[in-house]
Amino acid sequence: MAQENKSKVSILTNGIIKENPVLRLVLGTCSILAVTTAVSSALGMGAAFTFVLVCSNIMISLLRKVIPGKVHLPCYIVIIAGFVTIVQMFMQAYMESLYNALGVFLPLIVVNCIILGRAEMFACKNNVVDSALDGVGMGLGYTLTATLMASIREILGSGTWLGFQIIPESVAKVSIMTQAPGAFFCFGLLMAGCVWLEGKLDARIERKSCCDLDNLKKEAE
Amino acid sequence: MLVKLAAIFFSMILVNNYVLVKFYGICPFLGVSKKLDSAVGMSGAVIFVMFMATAVTFPIQIFILDPAGLSYLQTIVFILVIAVLVQFIEIFLKKYIVALYNSLGVYLPLITTNCCVLAVTILVVGDYGADVAAHGFGYAYIEALICAIGAGCGFMLAMVMFSGVRKRVEACDPPAPFKGLPITLIAAAITSLSFMGFGGIVENLFNVTL
Repeated sequence: MAQENKSKVSILTNGIIKENPVLRLVLGTCSILAVTTAVSSALGMGAAFTFVLVCSNIMISLLRKVIPGKVHLPCYIVIIAGFVTIVQMFMQAYMESLYNALGVFLPLIVVNCIILGRAEMFACKNNVVDSALDGVGMGLGYTLTATLMASIREILGSGTWLGFQIIPESVAKVSIMTQAPGAFFCFGLLMAGCVWLEGKLDARIERKSCCDLDNLKKEAE
Repeated sequence: MLVKLAAIFFSMILVNNYVLVKFYGICPFLGVSKKLDSAVGMSGAVIFVMFMATAVTFPIQIFILDPAGLSYLQTIVFILVIAVLVQFIEIFLKKYIVALYNSLGVYLPLITTNCCVLAVTILVVGDYGADVAAHGFGYAYIEALICAIGAGCGFMLAMVMFSGVRKRVEACDPPAPFKGLPITLIAAAITSLSFMGFGGIVENLFNVTL
């Protein structure tokens, strides 16, 4: 029993640290770069993302023996798109300012590689409880990383954190941090910091972008 | 009218560049920009699919989803249409235009989950859907298609530029933690900085407000 509990915990924490989807697996970079201009939108995106990931993982795990192998990808996409639509309608009705802040990145959760990747790598092979835990862990990993990056960008760029004034008005702001170049810069520095930490802990891994052509060719062979 | 179309086209390339300013399609931008020929091949496929996807989804939204009050199904319908379209294009090219298939074929499966294609189809509905009532469907449709091609060309410009930058970056010797992706992202930040200089250029050049 103790052994089993331990493995459940490790599934949960796997997504937060060991296989952090953003900093270690380098997946879903588009939305990370775009929504981290403010902490509030990063948290909102993280919540929407986690909901979709947990629900689609549960659904795909339940249907894993029913979905025929040949058409599994279209089936996954329909399931994910269905949950994204639910989130979209919910946010439009109850959180309109957040809905407007996230804009097109909300429907773009459908094509986020983390969700499809977890469906393909985890949910279609594991039972419902494990898949749900994996979804929660991955979602938390995404949300925490997004919040960390948004904190850096919002504090430096607007002098606020979640709307509260942190740096006094009289100090000049680094407004480039809330604009496009700041996103790339901040992400690059965070990733370098992560690699440095791995070097200290002796846990370095090789990072590849999810659309790496060499990977794809290897798989095709 | 032509001036406005030209303004849309150039603003999609320079001011609202999909990769470097709006962050759509970062994965292929980081993954495929290592070599110039694969960067060109991927962007060619993206331009083609973006154009076809917009050409199909815009009428679907205007003539089917909006009159039936089903606009909330937009996400599901569009992603399915794009997935089917990419499959169809692949089969068609394989059978009839083999030369093109050989150069674009490997990139096509990557494109279904490329967010810039879904993004452009959703965004043109929001931006130009209102023009249907004001100027008629034909004009709005042309605007949408020009916008899609412009977005694709902007993607190509960013990819080609960045593949050159990347060649230089890979020849350098950065501090150990920066090797690989981190230094590439820093390089992308500087490339994106150069695109900020284009802000406002289109409005002043063509004397129109978009």
